[in-house]
Amino acid sequence: MENGDTKPRRAGGRLCCLCNNRRAALKRPKTLEQICRECFYEVFEEEIHQVIVDNQLFKPGERIGIGASGGKDSTVLAYVLSELNRRHNYGLDLFLLSVDEGITGYRDDSLETVKRNEVQYGLPLKIVSYKDLYGWTMDEIVKMIGLKNNCTFCGVFRRQALDRGAALLKVDKLVTGHNADDIAETVLLNILRGDVARYELLLEIEQMYCNYNRRRRANSEMQTFQNLNLICTYAYFKRLDYFSTECIYSPNAYRGFAREFIKDLERMRPRAILDIIKSGEDFRIATTTKMPEQGNCARCGYISSQKWCKACVLLEGLNRGLPKIGIGRSRGIDNDHQKEMKRSNGSKNIESKQCGTLDF
Amino acid sequence: MKLTIEFGGGLELLCDSVKIHKVNVELKNGEKKLTMKDLLAWVGSNLIKERPEMFMKGDSVRPGVLVLVNDCDWELSGQLDTTLEDEDVVVFISTLHGG
Ligand SMILES: [Zn+2]
Ligand SMILES: [Zn+2]
Ligand SMILES: [Zn+2]
Repeated sequence: MENGDTKPRRAGGRLCCLCNNRRAALKRPKTLEQICRECFYEVFEEEIHQVIVDNQLFKPGERIGIGASGGKDSTVLAYVLSELNRRHNYGLDLFLLSVDEGITGYRDDSLETVKRNEVQYGLPLKIVSYKDLYGWTMDEIVKMIGLKNNCTFCGVFRRQALDRGAALLKVDKLVTGHNADDIAETVLLNILRGDVARYELLLEIEQMYCNYNRRRRANSEMQTFQNLNLICTYAYFKRLDYFSTECIYSPNAYRGFAREFIKDLERMRPRAILDIIKSGEDFRIATTTKMPEQGNCARCGYISSQKWCKACVLLEGLNRGLPKIGIGRSRGIDNDHQKEMKRSNGSKNIESKQCGTLDF
Repeated sequence: MKLTIEFGGGLELLCDSVKIHKVNVELKNGEKKLTMKDLLAWVGSNLIKERPEMFMKGDSVRPGVLVLVNDCDWELSGQLDTTLEDEDVVVFISTLHGG
C-alpha cells in the first residue's frame, strides 16, 4: 500500500489489474477490471488520444475551439485535451468558447467557472452572448414565451452561437464534450418513440465525447464516449473546478424515466450504456434515411437544409411577437401561424428538448 | 467515530452548500462497527436538509450518486456492507447535475 495521500483500507484492498502495484480505486465499466487511480488517468486519457490519432482529428498548427459550459463534460474535455496537446505534441492552439445565454443565477455563475478554467489551463477564452447575436437574452425570451418551449430556443440558439463564436475565433475545428449517458438516453428515447429517423438531432449530439467539426460533418464519423461516472470520478480525483447547478429553466432535465432506467441498467451491467449507443449506431446504419441536403440560410448564411435556418425562424417569431412559430407540433397554433410556419420553414420542427441533455 | 463526509457535483446544495463535513457518528447501543448502510441513514437524517429524494432511494443512494470511501469506489468494498473505521473519508458525488 503506497498510495501516500489516502489512508489504505485494511483487509480486502485489491491490487490494480494493470500495474499490480497500487490499490484499485474503481472498476472499468468496459472490462470490469479493477484499476488504481494512476492507471485510470492513463486509460481515460489515452483512450481519447487513440481516437484522435486513429481518426486523424487534428493537424499540427490547427486552431481548435473547445465548447466550454463550465460543466463537467466540457471541463474534463478542456483539461484532457490541453494535457494531450502537451504530452503528445499535437501542436494545436486551443481556445475555450463559451455561450452566454443570459440566464441570471445560472449562466453568469457558470461563466465564472469558465473564467477560472481560462487561468487554470492557460487557454484563451471567448464568450459570445445571445444578447449580442440575437438581441434577446434567455431571461427575456422566457419572460415572453413562458417555460414551455424555452429549451427549444436555448438549444437551437446555442448550437448556432457556438458556430458563430468559432468563426469569430477563426478556429479550424470546434470540439464539444458529451458523456455516454446523455447519448445513450437520446438513443433510447428515439428508439422508444419509434422515431428512428430523427437523425438530425441525433447527429448533432451523437458525435462522441471528444470531437467534431460542425462545418465539416463528413469528418465526424469517429466516436468515443466516456461514461458519466468516469467523467465525474476523473473530475473529482483531479480536483477539476466545474459548475454543477442545473439550468433554472429546465430543473427537471435529469429526472426522466429514461435516465433512471439507464442508471438501473448500468448497475446491473456496467457496459449497458456503451451497448445502447452501439445499438443506436446499428440502427442508423441499417436505415437509409436520406439526410436533407445542406444549403445556407437565406437570411443569416448559417448552414441549413431549409430556406431559413431554425434560429432565424425562431427569432422571426420572437421579434414579431409570435413566439410559437417554429415550435413543435401544430397543436395550439392557430391557422394563421401554421401558414406562417409553412412559408418560412416547411421542415419538421425539432421537438422541445430539455437543454440539459444537449449541453456541451 | 470521527469521519469526514464530502459532497460534490451539486449534492452540497442539499446541505446548506457545505461541501466538507467533519462529523462524529455515535455507534448505536451494542454495535461494534459502523457500515455504510448505517452511515447513509445517519447522513440522511443529520446532514441532508432538503430534497432527500435527490440523495437516497430506498436504503441506498439514488442511482447516479457516486460513493467513494477513502478515494475508492464503494463497489469495490461492498457498497452498503462496507465497514467504516475512524478517520475514514466518505465522498458522495452527484453525476446528474449540470452539463
Ligand atoms: Zn494501476
Ligand atoms: Zn435551459
Ligand atoms: Zn439563419
